[in-house]
Amino acid sequence: MSGDLGLGTVLLAVLGGAIRVSTPFLFVSLGETITERSGRINLGLEGTLVFGAMSAYATAVLTGSPWAGVAVAGLAGAAFGLLHGFICRFPRVNDVAIGIALMLFGSGLAFFLGKPFIQPSAPPLPAIPFGFWSDQPQVQAALRVNVLFLAGAALALFLWWAFRNTKAGLILRVVGDSAEAARAMGYDVDRVRLLATALGGVLAGIGGAYLSLYYPGSWNEGISSGQGLMAVALVIFARWNPLACFGAALLFGGAGALGPALQSVGISQGYYLFYAAPYILTLALLIATSSPDRALSGAPGELSLK
Amino acid sequence: MLAKLVQTAWKDGSRLVSAHPFSRRHLLGGAAALSLGTLPFGRARAAGPLTVGFIYVGPKDDYGYNQAHAQGAAALKAIPGIEVVEEENVRETTDVQKTMESMINLDGASLVFPTSFGYFDPHVLIEAKKNPKVQFRHCGGLWTEANPKNAGSYFGYIAQGQYLNGIVAAHASKSKRLGFVAAKPVPQVLNNVNGFLLGARSVDPSITLQVIFTGEWSLAVKEAEATNALIDAGADVITCHVDGPKVVVETAARRGAFVCGYHADQSALAKDKYLTGAEWNWASIYKGFVADLQAGKAPPNFVRGGLPDGFVKMSPYGPAVSEAARQNADAVKAEMMKGGFAIIKGPLKDNKGNEVAGAGTALAENAIELEKTSYLVEGVKGSA
Repeated sequence: MSGDLGLGTVLLAVLGGAIRVSTPFLFVSLGETITERSGRINLGLEGTLVFGAMSAYATAVLTGSPWAGVAVAGLAGAAFGLLHGFICRFPRVNDVAIGIALMLFGSGLAFFLGKPFIQPSAPPLPAIPFGFWSDQPQVQAALRVNVLFLAGAALALFLWWAFRNTKAGLILRVVGDSAEAARAMGYDVDRVRLLATALGGVLAGIGGAYLSLYYPGSWNEGISSGQGLMAVALVIFARWNPLACFGAALLFGGAGALGPALQSVGISQGYYLFYAAPYILTLALLIATSSPDRALSGAPGELSLK
Repeated sequence: MLAKLVQTAWKDGSRLVSAHPFSRRHLLGGAAALSLGTLPFGRARAAGPLTVGFIYVGPKDDYGYNQAHAQGAAALKAIPGIEVVEEENVRETTDVQKTMESMINLDGASLVFPTSFGYFDPHVLIEAKKNPKVQFRHCGGLWTEANPKNAGSYFGYIAQGQYLNGIVAAHASKSKRLGFVAAKPVPQVLNNVNGFLLGARSVDPSITLQVIFTGEWSLAVKEAEATNALIDAGADVITCHVDGPKVVVETAARRGAFVCGYHADQSALAKDKYLTGAEWNWASIYKGFVADLQAGKAPPNFVRGGLPDGFVKMSPYGPAVSEAARQNADAVKAEMMKGGFAIIKGPLKDNKGNEVAGAGTALAENAIELEKTSYLVEGVKGSA
């Protein structure tokens, strides 16, 4: 069976790739969804992702525990989120500009502090072999699912439910849709947004930990290659819906795996074009779902995006 | 637009951490005059050591291309009278011109090694014209007589190392399928792919090689995906030509495939899955250039060499390499050490069926045609 040219091999590779590559997209986009639902945009999550990757890797190298790395990455992400939320509460501060500043700051700081950790090997996060039933190594490899992926999937479901059915979720949405209404109801808008941005940072940091501690499982300065930014764009594409974020993350992960998979079965012409697949897909879907008559459906009313 | 911003962010961020704390070149631009006394510039002129500048495109501890150069630079630091200045993560844009200028003007460098492929044209050529008293030696470029006389290029025939990798890989492979993660289809990379397969086929002509191009010199996620895709397609020995092989080596070893290294010794990353590797040995070239300058003459403009010249070396064999494989590879290596070993030998076709070399034709390692290779030989699956 190994190496059979065919659709099956490609589909399996794309499925495996979707599961392997999508987790950082998923965590960053869920984090950004929480933040944007509160009415703020945090473009700095790319920097948080890179810093999360670095701090997780460094912690895992020093302590020998990848889970300690995940925890530290989450805390570091929270710190970046709090910083963003804190600065944005001042009048006439633009959240997009602060986000870009923090993106540069996060990446720069990560490169500076991460210098001694490029060479050492850190213990990776564990994965669950869901492919045990198959005797084919390809299937086993594709279905080795990391715990963080499952956590992310569960989180997407939970957030989708919580936005509708919990008090915290409703407060978040009120704040995001109309700050005046929220104030009239007696909620502290800035505080809600501060917490929402911090929570978004935590998730982005954990996404970074996945990058450096599982897949590709190494720390270097080009580790994210812009995935944090793509994930922020993905939130708009997913219309601020956590379940759609999950689908979109899988789609982007799978599209990224398409190029190498096609080359491995011998379709090797035009690989640059296949590598552009995720971006072409985004454009196509945005056009397909756009409307000339109405504003972005599902967009929080307070978002400076509109 | 945003992608551009991120790029800038990476580069600017990384500049903070570059090796020489007193030469924050761009930041110091204006402040340079004020702090001149504390800069190496002053010392360099006073004590008169030879200052050598090294410029890297990535981090110098990447287990790869940049590390190999940095090891060469480190060998120079041990020589008395030599001062080494380095800067990492310099883009192949006008950035590298600024870095060269500050190395020359602030640090007093009289010999500069811009080590990345894209630095040569136009950046090195421009700076060489501007600074006729400074010597520039570039890695991988094709210097010709028309270029400035104070510039030059050097490179090693590392495809020889990949040929030896291929021999060892052929002995280790059970599936008779090998895998190659390649960055871009440029001549050096294609020579390595061809060398790896032809080495393997010298042992077993039924072996095939699958190549996957990632399109970039350093792209961690894509390299990992490519490695997984190769192994899923049945390859059981993997090698690569990307700037930092760490991700490929670790991913392959984790999946249980054997690994042949590239650029530097990655045996620490793959443990017993590491067979051997094709490594650079820049120290010998750099020492030669510096010795020339210290003797008061200009180093040569066009330097090429392979295993016999000590420009390329092999990693020690890993524990999984059989006795037969060792003997086979050692015998071919001894042949190569005599010089003039031809990897491309007729009759040979490319993987589209066109003839590459007719019967009786043999391209020795120094054949200039090899610097323009644009084909993949028969038996390689993939397109250049």
